[in-house]
Amino acid sequence: MGPETRSWREPHRLVLIAIGIGIVVLAATTMRWDWLPRYSGRLIDGVGTTLWLLALTSVLGFLLAVPLGLAQAAGPWWLAAPARAFCTVIRGTPLLLQLWLLYYGLGSLFAYWPEIRQSWAWPYLRQAWPYGVLALTMSFAGYEGEVMRGAFAGVPRGELEAARAYGMSPWTAFRRVWLPRAIHRALPTLAGETVLQLKATPLVATITVVDVYAIISRVRQDTYLTYEPLLLLALIYMILTGILVVAFRWLEAKVPVKGA
Amino acid sequence: MSSPQDGADPGARQSPPAVEVTDLHKAFGDLEVLKGISLKAETGDVVAIIGGSGSGKSTMLRCINMLELPTRGEISIKGETIEMKDGGRHGLQPSNARQLRRIRTRLAMVFQSFNLWQHMTVMGNIIEAPVHVMGVPRDEAIARAEKLLDRVGLYDKRDAYPAFLSGGQQQRAAIARALAVDPDVMLFDEPTSALDPELVGEVLAVIADLAREGRTMLLVTHEMKFAREVASHVVYLADGVIEEQGPPEVVYSAPKSERLQKFLATVQ
Repeated sequence: MGPETRSWREPHRLVLIAIGIGIVVLAATTMRWDWLPRYSGRLIDGVGTTLWLLALTSVLGFLLAVPLGLAQAAGPWWLAAPARAFCTVIRGTPLLLQLWLLYYGLGSLFAYWPEIRQSWAWPYLRQAWPYGVLALTMSFAGYEGEVMRGAFAGVPRGELEAARAYGMSPWTAFRRVWLPRAIHRALPTLAGETVLQLKATPLVATITVVDVYAIISRVRQDTYLTYEPLLLLALIYMILTGILVVAFRWLEAKVPVKGA
Repeated sequence: MSSPQDGADPGARQSPPAVEVTDLHKAFGDLEVLKGISLKAETGDVVAIIGGSGSGKSTMLRCINMLELPTRGEISIKGETIEMKDGGRHGLQPSNARQLRRIRTRLAMVFQSFNLWQHMTVMGNIIEAPVHVMGVPRDEAIARAEKLLDRVGLYDKRDAYPAFLSGGQQQRAAIARALAVDPDVMLFDEPTSALDPELVGEVLAVIADLAREGRTMLLVTHEMKFAREVASHVVYLADGVIEEQGPPEVVYSAPKSERLQKFLATVQ
């Protein structure tokens, strides 16, 4: 089947594996890792924060992306135009800017609003993570909305026609044919976007959310070490990326496409 | 299109025609494709609709299940008229969505380009409408689908995805999907036109088998020889009107209209 089932025993792979082992041995023997046990608990917490940020914002962002894509692919102009505007603005501005506008802008405006200060939401709104979740969700929705637009538009008309011809209501046709077919088409792109989303999460450290990147920064401040914590951070993100890639491959393989 | 022996007992209460189309018009913008078509098919009829490209035969078939909305006219299935209202500039619109969906489950369409749902297996395609539209219990639908797959010779492909099947296999799967709703009328829209020549035979064999069984069907086709063999009635469409119709022996052997004579001469 695909390249993933090829053997790891091919020559070039063996060389790469040897180089990898060499780097690990070199790093382990020549560098300082004595700080690691002291921070291991906090690092695990940090990875946990990174993971739930990724999971929550990807899922919420995707749920937003479906109507955004549908509105652009098949909606009336008064739905398509704002959806397109949203995607254009989100994709046209840096995520860091959006994050800061929300946290420093919106977040500080809320503080002047007595109704909000006295509401049940205030204990959450005075923290940083809701703004991080909001910014990352909107970002994912903006990019994915565009992907879903293409995916919805690319489902062959004949299959939707068949759905109608067999008596499906518009909702049933959407739920049973149009949406699953569009997601199936979008899945390879979605995998890549989710990996990008993972690598966008450390931006929340700039608004005081303590993810794995923030912990590593803390290690650097405490120990005055530069390379060791950053190498570990790189390794952590690579492992998480690897897990995501394998998970998406498994999902894609559930409905095989010819030629893939 | 009742055959002569149907008229033997005119006093008996007759069941309504399976399909009755009255004064059907369809225009795309200024282009009038159907110019008043009236057609009746009794239960058990196999009606072959022939004609040159652009004669409106596919459009007519697609109007029967309202995939194409007629500009004017009336369509009845088993005596039940599809409710339509005047949509002004857009011609007619179905006015009772529930009724239309119910009637559509009584008609089953087989498309020129198969239109199988590519994200479902062959089995998934066949049980989809019974389970998710008609509410048949899943295991019942599967048991029925297995019989249908056996019948169209695809039992071993039940778990394959459409993209991995040949055109002929896909079309046979699509016919099984159509049979799964146990339709009153089957609509075939050029079912072999998208197939490689060597795959046409396997699909025609399945359709001929259904015709022998007494299925009511409307068949738009370019396969003249086949139409002559299986049809109980042949309708020749030219330029949006029915130019000539009758039993295949008559239509093929003694065409009255000059256009049909020319048409038969070019395709045979």
